[in-house]
Amino acid sequence: MPLPYYVSPEQMMKDKAEYARKGIARGRSIVTLEYRDGILLVAENPSSLLHKVSEIYDRIAFAGVGKYNEFENLRIAGIRHADVKGYSYSRGDVTAKALANAYSQALGNIFTQDIKPFEVEVLVAEVGDANGSKSEIYHILYDGTIEDEHNYAAMGGQADEIRRFLKDHYHDGMGLDESLQLGVRALSVTQNKTLSERDLEVAVLDRTKERRKFRRIPPEALSQLLGTAG
Amino acid sequence: MNEDHRLHPFHDYTNSSFVELLRRQSPHLLPGGTASGGPEVPHGTTVLAMRYRDGVIMAGDRQATAGYQVASRRIEKIFKADDLSGVGIAGAAGPAMEMAKLFQTELEHYEKVEGDNLSLEGKANKLGQMIRMNLQAAMMGLAVVPIFAGFDEKSGVGRLFKYDITGGRYEERDYDAQGSGSKDARDSLKKLWKRDMGRDEAMRTALEALIDAADEDVGTGGPDLVRGIFPTVKTITRSGYGDVADDEIRRMCEAILAERTKTGNGG
Repeated sequence: MPLPYYVSPEQMMKDKAEYARKGIARGRSIVTLEYRDGILLVAENPSSLLHKVSEIYDRIAFAGVGKYNEFENLRIAGIRHADVKGYSYSRGDVTAKALANAYSQALGNIFTQDIKPFEVEVLVAEVGDANGSKSEIYHILYDGTIEDEHNYAAMGGQADEIRRFLKDHYHDGMGLDESLQLGVRALSVTQNKTLSERDLEVAVLDRTKERRKFRRIPPEALSQLLGTAG
Repeated sequence: MNEDHRLHPFHDYTNSSFVELLRRQSPHLLPGGTASGGPEVPHGTTVLAMRYRDGVIMAGDRQATAGYQVASRRIEKIFKADDLSGVGIAGAAGPAMEMAKLFQTELEHYEKVEGDNLSLEGKANKLGQMIRMNLQAAMMGLAVVPIFAGFDEKSGVGRLFKYDITGGRYEERDYDAQGSGSKDARDSLKKLWKRDMGRDEAMRTALEALIDAADEDVGTGGPDLVRGIFPTVKTITRSGYGDVADDEIRRMCEAILAERTKTGNGG
Protein backbone atom coordinates (compact mmCIF):
# COMPACT_ATOMS: atom_id res chain seq x y z
CA MET A 1 0.00 0.00 0.00
CA PRO A 2 1.53 3.34 -0.98
CA LEU A 3 1.87 5.87 1.79
CA PRO A 4 -0.41 8.91 1.43
CA TYR A 5 1.43 12.17 0.79
CA TYR A 6 1.82 14.35 3.83
CA VAL A 7 -0.22 17.53 3.69
CA SER A 8 -0.11 19.91 6.62
CA PRO A 9 -3.48 20.36 8.34
CA GLU A 10 -3.22 24.07 7.76
CA GLN A 11 -2.84 23.64 4.03
CA MET A 12 -5.65 21.09 3.92
CA MET A 13 -8.12 23.41 5.65
CA LYS A 14 -7.11 26.28 3.43
CA ASP A 15 -7.65 24.20 0.31
CA LYS A 16 -11.02 23.00 1.52
CA ALA A 17 -12.17 26.50 2.42
CA GLU A 18 -11.09 27.83 -0.94
CA TYR A 19 -12.89 25.01 -2.70
CA ALA A 20 -16.13 25.64 -0.80
CA ARG A 21 -15.94 29.40 -1.29
CA LYS A 22 -15.47 29.00 -5.03
CA GLY A 23 -18.50 26.73 -5.25
CA ILE A 24 -20.65 29.19 -3.32
CA ALA A 25 -19.42 32.20 -5.30
CA ARG A 26 -20.70 30.62 -8.51
CA GLY A 27 -24.27 30.63 -7.20
CA ARG A 28 -26.80 33.43 -7.07
CA SER A 29 -27.49 35.31 -3.85
CA ILE A 30 -30.21 35.59 -1.22
CA VAL A 31 -31.13 38.53 0.99
CA THR A 32 -33.19 38.57 4.16
CA LEU A 33 -34.72 41.67 5.67
CA GLU A 34 -36.79 42.35 8.72
CA TYR A 35 -39.86 44.39 7.87
CA ARG A 36 -42.77 45.70 9.92
CA ASP A 37 -44.76 42.45 10.06
CA GLY A 38 -41.97 39.91 10.01
CA ILE A 39 -39.08 38.68 7.94
CA LEU A 40 -38.74 38.81 4.17
CA LEU A 41 -36.60 36.36 2.17
CA VAL A 42 -35.71 37.20 -1.42
CA ALA A 43 -33.71 34.80 -3.58
CA GLU A 44 -32.59 35.20 -7.12
CA ASN A 45 -33.88 31.94 -8.53
CA PRO A 46 -35.19 31.49 -12.05
CA SER A 47 -36.81 28.15 -11.18
CA SER A 48 -40.28 28.27 -9.71
CA LEU A 49 -40.14 24.61 -8.68
CA LEU A 50 -36.73 24.07 -7.13
CA HIS A 51 -36.85 26.20 -4.04
CA LYS A 52 -34.05 27.95 -2.20
CA VAL A 53 -36.32 29.31 0.51
CA SER A 54 -38.69 27.10 2.45
CA GLU A 55 -40.68 26.49 5.58
CA ILE A 56 -39.18 24.57 8.48
CA TYR A 57 -41.69 25.09 11.27
CA ASP A 58 -44.38 27.44 12.54
CA ARG A 59 -42.20 30.53 12.79
CA ILE A 60 -38.97 29.28 11.24
CA ALA A 61 -37.79 29.49 7.64
CA PHE A 62 -34.73 28.15 5.85
CA ALA A 63 -32.73 29.50 2.94
CA GLY A 64 -29.74 27.95 1.21
CA VAL A 65 -27.25 28.96 -1.45
CA GLY A 66 -24.66 26.90 -3.26
CA LYS A 67 -25.10 23.31 -4.33
CA TYR A 68 -28.76 22.35 -4.53
CA ASN A 69 -28.50 18.70 -3.47
CA GLU A 70 -26.42 19.66 -0.45
CA PHE A 71 -28.66 22.37 0.98
CA GLU A 72 -31.75 20.32 0.09
CA ASN A 73 -30.35 17.56 2.33
CA LEU A 74 -29.83 20.09 5.11
CA ARG A 75 -33.33 21.48 4.64
CA ILE A 76 -34.94 18.06 5.07
CA ALA A 77 -32.74 17.32 8.08
CA GLY A 78 -33.98 20.59 9.59
CA ILE A 79 -37.64 19.75 9.03
CA ARG A 80 -37.07 16.37 10.66
CA HIS A 81 -35.33 17.89 13.65
CA ALA A 82 -38.12 20.45 14.11
CA ASP A 83 -41.03 18.05 13.63
CA VAL A 84 -39.67 15.41 16.01
CA LYS A 85 -38.87 18.00 18.64
CA GLY A 86 -42.25 19.70 18.33
CA TYR A 87 -44.02 16.37 18.47
CA SER A 88 -42.23 15.09 21.56
CA TYR A 89 -42.29 18.39 23.52
CA SER A 90 -44.51 21.18 22.29
CA ARG A 91 -44.66 23.36 19.22
CA GLY A 92 -43.34 26.34 21.17
CA ASP A 93 -40.15 24.48 22.09
CA VAL A 94 -38.86 24.42 18.53
CA THR A 95 -36.38 27.27 18.18
CA ALA A 96 -34.21 28.65 15.41
CA LYS A 97 -31.29 28.76 17.83
CA ALA A 98 -31.24 25.00 18.39
CA LEU A 99 -31.68 24.39 14.70
CA ALA A 100 -28.90 26.79 13.73
CA ASN A 101 -26.61 25.08 16.24
CA ALA A 102 -27.40 21.71 14.70
CA TYR A 103 -26.57 23.05 11.24
CA SER A 104 -23.36 24.55 12.56
CA GLN A 105 -22.34 21.22 14.12
CA ALA A 106 -23.20 19.24 11.01
CA LEU A 107 -21.40 21.57 8.60
CA GLY A 108 -18.40 21.78 10.94
CA ASN A 109 -18.14 17.99 11.10
CA ILE A 110 -18.45 17.62 7.36
CA PHE A 111 -15.83 20.29 6.80
CA THR A 112 -13.23 18.68 9.03
CA GLN A 113 -13.95 15.01 8.44
CA ASP A 114 -15.02 14.62 4.83
CA ILE A 115 -12.76 14.92 1.83
CA LYS A 116 -15.15 17.30 0.12
CA PRO A 117 -16.74 20.07 2.17
CA PHE A 118 -20.32 21.18 1.48
CA GLU A 119 -20.42 24.11 -0.92
CA VAL A 120 -23.30 25.82 0.84
CA GLU A 121 -24.30 28.58 3.17
CA VAL A 122 -27.61 28.39 4.98
CA LEU A 123 -29.75 30.84 6.84
CA VAL A 124 -32.26 30.13 9.59
CA ALA A 125 -34.78 32.84 10.42
CA GLU A 126 -37.34 32.92 13.21
CA VAL A 127 -39.97 35.62 13.40
CA GLY A 128 -40.76 37.11 16.80
CA ASP A 129 -44.36 37.40 17.90
CA ALA A 130 -46.49 40.50 18.19
CA ASN A 131 -45.85 40.98 21.91
CA GLY A 132 -42.29 42.02 21.54
CA SER A 133 -40.10 38.94 21.30
CA LYS A 134 -37.32 39.63 18.83
CA SER A 135 -36.79 38.09 15.44
CA GLU A 136 -33.65 36.02 15.00
CA ILE A 137 -31.55 35.46 11.89
CA TYR A 138 -28.68 32.96 11.88
CA HIS A 139 -26.21 32.63 9.05
CA ILE A 140 -24.17 29.41 8.91
CA LEU A 141 -21.14 29.03 6.66
CA TYR A 142 -19.70 25.98 4.89
CA ASP A 143 -17.27 25.26 7.74
CA GLY A 144 -19.81 25.55 10.53
CA THR A 145 -19.08 29.18 11.41
CA ILE A 146 -22.26 30.67 12.78
CA GLU A 147 -23.26 34.32 13.03
CA ASP A 148 -26.41 35.95 14.27
CA GLU A 149 -27.43 38.82 12.07
CA HIS A 150 -29.57 41.83 12.84
CA ASN A 151 -32.14 43.47 10.58
CA TYR A 152 -30.73 42.06 7.37
CA ALA A 153 -28.45 39.36 6.02
CA ALA A 154 -27.03 38.38 2.65
CA MET A 155 -25.32 35.27 1.40
CA GLY A 156 -24.15 33.75 -1.87
CA GLY A 157 -21.78 34.86 -4.59
CA GLN A 158 -21.92 38.64 -4.16
CA ALA A 159 -22.81 38.77 -0.49
CA ASP A 160 -20.22 41.37 0.49
CA GLU A 161 -21.38 44.02 -1.98
CA ILE A 162 -25.01 43.31 -1.14
CA ARG A 163 -24.34 43.65 2.56
CA ARG A 164 -22.61 46.99 2.04
CA PHE A 165 -25.57 48.20 0.00
CA LEU A 166 -28.05 47.10 2.67
CA LYS A 167 -25.99 48.73 5.39
CA ASP A 168 -26.42 52.08 3.65
CA HIS A 169 -30.08 51.73 2.73
CA TYR A 170 -31.79 49.65 5.39
CA HIS A 171 -34.00 51.35 7.95
CA ASP A 172 -36.49 50.12 10.54
CA GLY A 173 -40.22 49.88 10.12
CA MET A 174 -40.42 49.32 6.37
CA GLY A 175 -43.60 47.88 4.90
CA LEU A 176 -43.56 44.73 2.78
CA ASP A 177 -43.49 46.57 -0.54
CA GLU A 178 -40.70 48.90 0.45
CA SER A 179 -38.52 46.16 1.91
CA LEU A 180 -39.12 43.96 -1.12
CA GLN A 181 -38.06 46.75 -3.45
CA LEU A 182 -34.95 47.30 -1.36
CA GLY A 183 -34.18 43.56 -1.38
CA VAL A 184 -34.47 43.38 -5.15
CA ARG A 185 -32.31 46.46 -5.61
CA ALA A 186 -29.74 44.90 -3.31
CA LEU A 187 -29.68 41.69 -5.35
CA SER A 188 -29.18 43.58 -8.59
CA VAL A 189 -26.46 45.83 -7.20
CA THR A 190 -23.71 43.70 -8.69
CA GLN A 191 -25.43 43.09 -12.01
CA ASN A 192 -26.30 45.38 -14.83
CA LYS A 193 -29.77 44.01 -15.43
CA THR A 194 -32.91 44.61 -13.44
CA LEU A 195 -34.49 41.54 -11.90
CA SER A 196 -38.11 40.86 -12.78
CA GLU A 197 -40.56 38.75 -10.79
CA ARG A 198 -39.68 35.77 -13.00
CA ASP A 199 -36.12 35.77 -11.65
CA LEU A 200 -37.18 35.87 -8.03
CA GLU A 201 -38.32 33.55 -5.32
CA VAL A 202 -39.89 35.43 -2.45
CA ALA A 203 -41.36 34.27 0.84
CA VAL A 204 -42.16 35.88 4.18
CA LEU A 205 -42.53 34.88 7.78
CA ASP A 206 -45.63 36.93 8.48
CA ARG A 207 -46.29 37.36 12.20
CA THR A 208 -49.88 38.41 11.57
CA LYS A 209 -50.67 34.93 10.27
CA GLU A 210 -52.06 32.14 12.42
CA ARG A 211 -49.79 29.30 13.57
CA ARG A 212 -47.79 28.68 10.39
CA LYS A 213 -46.22 32.03 9.55
CA PHE A 214 -44.46 31.03 6.35
CA ARG A 215 -46.02 32.20 3.12
CA ARG A 216 -44.73 32.22 -0.43
CA ILE A 217 -45.51 35.28 -2.50
CA PRO A 218 -46.68 34.23 -5.97
CA PRO A 219 -45.46 36.10 -9.11
CA GLU A 220 -48.73 38.02 -9.60
CA ALA A 221 -48.63 39.45 -6.07
CA LEU A 222 -44.92 40.09 -6.55
CA SER A 223 -45.34 42.34 -9.56
CA GLN A 224 -47.96 44.26 -7.64
CA LEU A 225 -45.62 44.76 -4.68
CA LEU A 226 -42.77 45.74 -6.97
CA GLY A 227 -44.99 48.23 -8.72
CA THR A 228 -44.43 46.63 -12.12
CA ALA A 229 -47.97 45.34 -12.56
CA GLY A 230 -50.04 46.29 -15.55
CA MET B 1 -23.10 -2.70 -1.58
CA ASN B 2 -21.65 0.57 -2.69
CA GLU B 3 -24.10 0.97 -5.50
CA ASP B 4 -26.97 0.30 -3.13
CA HIS B 5 -25.77 3.10 -0.90
CA ARG B 6 -25.58 5.63 -3.73
CA LEU B 7 -29.02 4.80 -5.03
CA HIS B 8 -30.47 4.99 -1.55
CA PRO B 9 -32.73 8.00 -2.31
CA PHE B 10 -34.63 5.87 -4.83
CA HIS B 11 -35.31 3.05 -2.43
CA ASP B 12 -36.24 5.26 0.43
CA TYR B 13 -39.79 6.08 -0.60
CA THR B 14 -40.71 6.78 3.02
CA ASN B 15 -38.46 9.84 2.91
CA SER B 16 -41.31 12.26 3.45
CA SER B 17 -43.20 10.30 6.11
CA PHE B 18 -43.03 11.50 9.69
CA VAL B 19 -44.30 8.19 11.08
CA GLU B 20 -41.49 6.29 9.33
CA LEU B 21 -39.01 8.85 10.64
CA LEU B 22 -40.19 8.19 14.20
CA ARG B 23 -40.03 4.46 13.61
CA ARG B 24 -36.38 4.80 12.59
CA GLN B 25 -35.25 7.43 15.06
CA SER B 26 -37.48 7.43 18.12
CA PRO B 27 -39.74 4.37 18.15
CA HIS B 28 -40.65 5.08 21.79
CA LEU B 29 -42.64 8.11 20.60
CA LEU B 30 -44.94 6.03 18.42
CA PRO B 31 -48.39 5.26 19.77
CA GLY B 32 -49.58 1.69 20.08
CA GLY B 33 -47.89 -1.02 22.10
CA THR B 34 -49.37 -3.30 24.67
CA ALA B 35 -51.04 -0.97 27.16
CA SER B 36 -54.45 -2.13 28.25
CA GLY B 37 -57.36 -0.01 29.31
CA GLY B 38 -60.61 -0.75 31.07
CA PRO B 39 -63.80 1.24 31.23
CA GLU B 40 -62.04 3.73 33.54
CA VAL B 41 -60.13 5.17 30.61
CA PRO B 42 -61.89 8.22 29.15
CA HIS B 43 -63.69 7.52 25.90
CA GLY B 44 -64.84 10.04 23.37
CA THR B 45 -68.42 9.51 22.42
CA THR B 46 -70.13 10.83 19.30
CA VAL B 47 -68.70 12.44 16.16
CA LEU B 48 -70.27 12.74 12.75
CA ALA B 49 -69.46 13.94 9.25
CA MET B 50 -71.74 14.67 6.33
CA ARG B 51 -71.60 16.08 2.85
CA TYR B 52 -73.33 19.31 1.97
CA ARG B 53 -73.35 21.66 -0.97
CA ASP B 54 -69.95 23.28 -0.39
CA GLY B 55 -68.01 20.34 1.04
CA VAL B 56 -68.29 18.49 4.34
CA ILE B 57 -69.42 19.36 7.83
CA MET B 58 -67.95 17.63 10.87
CA ALA B 59 -69.47 17.83 14.32
CA GLY B 60 -68.96 16.25 17.70
CA ASP B 61 -70.27 16.47 21.26
CA ARG B 62 -67.93 17.66 23.99
CA GLN B 63 -68.08 14.90 26.57
CA ALA B 64 -65.55 12.23 27.47
CA THR B 65 -66.90 9.34 29.50
CA ALA B 66 -65.02 6.94 31.79
CA GLY B 67 -67.28 4.08 32.70
CA TYR B 68 -70.39 5.72 34.15
CA GLN B 69 -68.56 8.92 35.01
CA VAL B 70 -68.09 12.10 33.06
CA ALA B 71 -64.33 12.42 32.53
CA SER B 72 -64.43 15.78 30.77
CA ARG B 73 -67.18 18.10 29.61
CA ARG B 74 -65.12 20.20 27.27
CA ILE B 75 -62.91 18.03 25.14
CA GLU B 76 -62.67 18.74 21.45
CA LYS B 77 -63.08 15.77 19.15
CA ILE B 78 -62.81 17.37 15.76
CA PHE B 79 -59.24 18.21 14.81
CA LYS B 80 -57.92 20.08 11.85
CA ALA B 81 -55.72 17.63 9.94
CA ASP B 82 -54.60 20.24 7.39
CA ASP B 83 -56.16 23.08 5.43
CA LEU B 84 -58.53 20.80 3.56
CA SER B 85 -59.31 17.96 5.94
CA GLY B 86 -60.29 17.13 9.46
CA VAL B 87 -60.43 14.10 11.70
CA GLY B 88 -63.10 13.34 14.28
CA ILE B 89 -62.08 10.98 17.04
CA ALA B 90 -64.07 8.40 18.94
CA GLY B 91 -62.89 5.62 21.23
CA ALA B 92 -60.18 5.81 23.88
CA ALA B 93 -59.58 9.55 24.15
CA GLY B 94 -55.86 9.48 25.05
CA PRO B 95 -54.63 7.34 22.18
CA ALA B 96 -57.13 8.99 19.83
CA MET B 97 -55.83 12.49 20.52
CA GLU B 98 -52.28 11.23 20.20
CA MET B 99 -53.17 9.72 16.86
CA ALA B 100 -54.78 12.95 15.68
CA LYS B 101 -51.64 14.87 16.63
CA LEU B 102 -49.42 12.35 14.86
CA PHE B 103 -51.63 12.51 11.80
CA GLN B 104 -51.46 16.31 11.71
CA THR B 105 -47.69 16.20 11.96
CA GLU B 106 -47.53 13.52 9.27
CA LEU B 107 -49.47 15.65 6.79
CA GLU B 108 -47.54 18.81 7.58
CA HIS B 109 -44.22 16.96 7.38
CA TYR B 110 -45.09 15.54 3.99
CA GLU B 111 -46.18 18.93 2.74
CA LYS B 112 -42.99 20.62 3.87
CA VAL B 113 -40.60 17.96 2.59
CA GLU B 114 -42.31 17.43 -0.76
CA GLY B 115 -43.52 21.00 -1.25
CA ASP B 116 -46.90 19.58 -2.16
CA ASN B 117 -49.99 18.20 -0.44
CA LEU B 118 -50.95 14.55 -0.25
CA SER B 119 -54.11 13.68 -2.18
CA LEU B 120 -57.23 13.17 -0.06
CA GLU B 121 -57.07 9.47 -0.92
CA GLY B 122 -53.45 9.37 0.24
CA LYS B 123 -54.33 11.03 3.54
CA ALA B 124 -57.21 8.59 4.11
CA ASN B 125 -54.94 5.60 3.47
CA LYS B 126 -52.25 6.94 5.76
CA LEU B 127 -54.75 7.30 8.62
CA GLY B 128 -55.83 3.69 8.03
CA GLN B 129 -52.23 2.54 8.43
CA MET B 130 -51.93 4.47 11.68
CA ILE B 131 -55.07 2.83 13.07
CA ARG B 132 -53.61 -0.56 12.15
CA MET B 133 -50.50 0.30 14.19
CA ASN B 134 -52.78 0.61 17.17
CA LEU B 135 -54.40 -2.80 16.68
CA GLN B 136 -52.67 -4.48 19.60
CA ALA B 137 -53.84 -1.78 22.02
CA ALA B 138 -57.28 -1.86 20.41
CA MET B 139 -57.61 -5.55 21.26
CA MET B 140 -56.92 -4.65 24.91
CA GLY B 141 -59.72 -2.11 25.01
CA LEU B 142 -58.03 1.02 23.70
CA ALA B 143 -59.70 1.15 20.31
CA VAL B 144 -59.50 4.29 18.22
CA VAL B 145 -62.03 4.69 15.43
CA PRO B 146 -61.92 8.08 13.75
CA ILE B 147 -63.89 9.63 10.95
CA PHE B 148 -61.88 11.38 8.30
CA ALA B 149 -63.40 13.98 6.01
CA GLY B 150 -62.07 16.53 3.63
CA PHE B 151 -62.41 18.45 0.44
CA ASP B 152 -61.04 16.63 -2.59
CA GLU B 153 -59.43 19.23 -4.84
CA LYS B 154 -59.25 16.83 -7.77
CA SER B 155 -62.93 16.02 -7.95
CA GLY B 156 -64.13 19.27 -6.35
CA VAL B 157 -66.37 17.60 -3.74
CA GLY B 158 -66.33 16.78 -0.05
CA ARG B 159 -65.61 13.15 0.84
CA LEU B 160 -65.71 11.18 4.07
CA PHE B 161 -64.21 7.94 5.30
CA LYS B 162 -64.88 5.69 8.25
CA TYR B 163 -62.60 3.06 9.73
CA ASP B 164 -62.71 -0.09 11.77
CA ILE B 165 -60.18 -0.96 14.50
CA THR B 166 -58.04 -3.02 12.07
CA GLY B 167 -57.50 0.05 9.91
CA GLY B 168 -60.09 -1.00 7.35
CA ARG B 169 -61.15 2.05 5.39
CA TYR B 170 -64.64 2.56 4.02
CA GLU B 171 -65.72 5.54 2.04
CA GLU B 172 -69.22 6.80 2.85
CA ARG B 173 -71.14 8.75 0.28
CA ASP B 174 -73.42 10.99 2.29
CA TYR B 175 -72.92 10.90 6.05
CA ASP B 176 -71.63 8.79 8.89
CA ALA B 177 -71.25 8.86 12.67
CA GLN B 178 -68.84 7.13 15.02
CA GLY B 179 -68.72 6.49 18.77
CA SER B 180 -71.15 5.32 21.43
CA GLY B 181 -74.02 7.54 20.24
CA SER B 182 -73.33 6.90 16.59
CA LYS B 183 -76.30 4.66 15.95
CA ASP B 184 -78.74 7.29 17.17
CA ALA B 185 -76.96 10.04 15.27
CA ARG B 186 -77.06 7.93 12.10
CA ASP B 187 -80.75 7.20 12.55
CA SER B 188 -81.39 10.89 12.88
CA LEU B 189 -79.29 11.74 9.82
CA LYS B 190 -81.08 9.06 7.85
CA LYS B 191 -84.30 11.01 8.17
CA LEU B 192 -82.94 14.55 7.99
CA TRP B 193 -80.08 14.45 5.53
CA LYS B 194 -80.78 15.69 2.00
CA ARG B 195 -78.55 16.13 -1.01
CA ASP B 196 -77.05 19.61 -1.60
CA MET B 197 -78.10 21.22 1.65
CA GLY B 198 -76.92 24.77 2.26
CA ARG B 199 -74.59 25.61 5.14
CA ASP B 200 -77.26 26.56 7.69
CA GLU B 201 -79.51 23.62 6.98
CA ALA B 202 -76.56 21.23 7.09
CA MET B 203 -75.39 22.66 10.41
CA ARG B 204 -78.83 22.34 11.85
CA THR B 205 -79.07 18.74 10.68
CA ALA B 206 -75.73 17.94 12.31
CA LEU B 207 -76.82 19.50 15.61
CA GLU B 208 -80.21 17.72 15.53
CA ALA B 209 -78.35 14.42 15.12
CA LEU B 210 -76.01 15.17 18.04
CA ILE B 211 -78.89 16.22 20.27
CA ASP B 212 -80.70 12.98 19.37
CA ALA B 213 -77.56 11.01 20.20
CA ALA B 214 -77.24 12.77 23.56
CA ASP B 215 -80.89 12.01 24.20
CA GLU B 216 -80.56 8.28 23.70
CA ASP B 217 -76.95 7.53 24.64
CA VAL B 218 -75.80 8.07 28.23
CA GLY B 219 -72.19 8.68 27.14
CA THR B 220 -72.92 11.55 24.79
CA GLY B 221 -73.21 15.08 26.12
CA GLY B 222 -75.95 17.38 24.88
CA PRO B 223 -75.88 21.19 24.73
CA ASP B 224 -75.06 22.36 28.26
CA LEU B 225 -76.98 25.60 28.76
CA VAL B 226 -75.87 26.01 32.35
CA ARG B 227 -72.15 25.97 31.62
CA GLY B 228 -72.49 27.25 28.07
CA ILE B 229 -70.89 24.22 26.44
CA PHE B 230 -72.06 23.38 22.94
CA PRO B 231 -71.08 20.82 20.33
CA THR B 232 -68.21 21.61 17.96
CA VAL B 233 -69.02 22.18 14.30
CA LYS B 234 -66.44 22.59 11.53
CA THR B 235 -66.89 23.15 7.82
CA ILE B 236 -64.39 22.03 5.20
CA THR B 237 -64.78 23.58 1.78
CA ARG B 238 -62.71 24.59 -1.23
CA SER B 239 -61.56 27.64 0.69
CA GLY B 240 -60.36 25.65 3.68
CA TYR B 241 -61.09 24.41 7.17
CA GLY B 242 -63.41 26.73 9.05
CA ASP B 243 -64.59 27.01 12.64
CA VAL B 244 -68.20 27.82 13.31
CA ALA B 245 -68.44 30.45 16.04
CA ASP B 246 -69.77 29.34 19.44
CA ASP B 247 -72.48 31.99 19.31
CA GLU B 248 -73.93 30.68 16.10
CA ILE B 249 -73.96 27.12 17.45
CA ARG B 250 -75.57 28.29 20.68
CA ARG B 251 -78.36 30.09 18.81
CA MET B 252 -79.03 27.08 16.65
CA CYS B 253 -79.07 24.67 19.61
CA GLU B 254 -81.46 26.92 21.48
CA ALA B 255 -83.74 27.10 18.45
CA ILE B 256 -83.77 23.31 18.12
CA LEU B 257 -84.51 22.81 21.83
CA ALA B 258 -87.23 25.48 21.80
CA GLU B 259 -88.90 23.84 18.86
CA ARG B 260 -88.79 20.45 20.51
CA THR B 261 -90.32 21.89 23.65
CA LYS B 262 -93.08 23.51 21.62
CA THR B 263 -93.99 20.46 19.57
CA GLY B 264 -93.42 17.99 22.39
CA ASN B 265 -91.19 16.05 20.04
CA GLY B 266 -88.17 14.40 21.68
CA GLY B 267 -88.86 16.15 24.96
